[in-house]
Amino acid sequence: MTNDVDVHKPDRSEVNRRPERTRDRRVFLPLTDIYETEDNIILLADMPGVGSTDLDVTLESRVLTVTGRTTDYAPSGFSLVHAEYGAGDYERVFTLSDEINREAIEAKLENGVLRLKLPKVEAAKARRIAIAAG
Amino acid sequence: MLLSQFGPRLGFDPFAEMRRMQSEMNRLFADFETGTAPDFPAVNLWASSDGVMLTAEIPGVKAEDVDLSVHDDLLTLKGKRLSADEEERASFHRRERPHGSFSRTVKLPFRVDPQRVQARFANGVLEVALLRPESERPRKIAIQSH
Repeated sequence: MTNDVDVHKPDRSEVNRRPERTRDRRVFLPLTDIYETEDNIILLADMPGVGSTDLDVTLESRVLTVTGRTTDYAPSGFSLVHAEYGAGDYERVFTLSDEINREAIEAKLENGVLRLKLPKVEAAKARRIAIAAG
Repeated sequence: MLLSQFGPRLGFDPFAEMRRMQSEMNRLFADFETGTAPDFPAVNLWASSDGVMLTAEIPGVKAEDVDLSVHDDLLTLKGKRLSADEEERASFHRRERPHGSFSRTVKLPFRVDPQRVQARFANGVLEVALLRPESERPRKIAIQSH
């Protein structure tokens, strides 16, 4: 899996740093948005072709690993004439900070997009300080 | 594309770096021509003598928000990838996913019958099956010997 030309790999070094895998498939980094609201950190990852049964989200102490498996698409009698994306699995690893409540993470997969809701712990939420006038 | 007489087999190609820079520049400036992302959605095309299969990765878009139209040998995919309401008030740490309107027209290898197009959308992957008009399908000609 070294010389692949990948569509979804903004940073290929991250994937190659991973240990040897048991599945002989290309692995893509899913494109990800991470944004922060008042109470949560939301992570959105594009994983087209991944169904909810093919998705693993694991949390090991502070390391959150997202793995999505896809199946090869090959219509019988057809040959590939033009390709802009390759078939492969998805994997991306995130390190969570202490300001996230690791017990209350929610994951949802919809239309090939994984949405992870990472709630902040109470202490990390921004608090409005009332200013006493007078 | 520049052609050089120094093939890679000689182990030294003084134009390789130039070509690399050229393609890098082309890639850089390709984005400036349209307001939308040029390569979204990514499309794969499969062909046989009877028709074409097209698959496109459009994650995060509902099936009803994808507009698919076929005319002769041109297939157009249109749609919009919306951001969630709360994103407007949010601060982004990382924004890699393309968003906004997209429109792509793909030229198919041959004309297709617009009446016989089937489209399926599952897990963010659109799959379109297109068939050639019956009258334009290749016919096998029997060759007679003597």
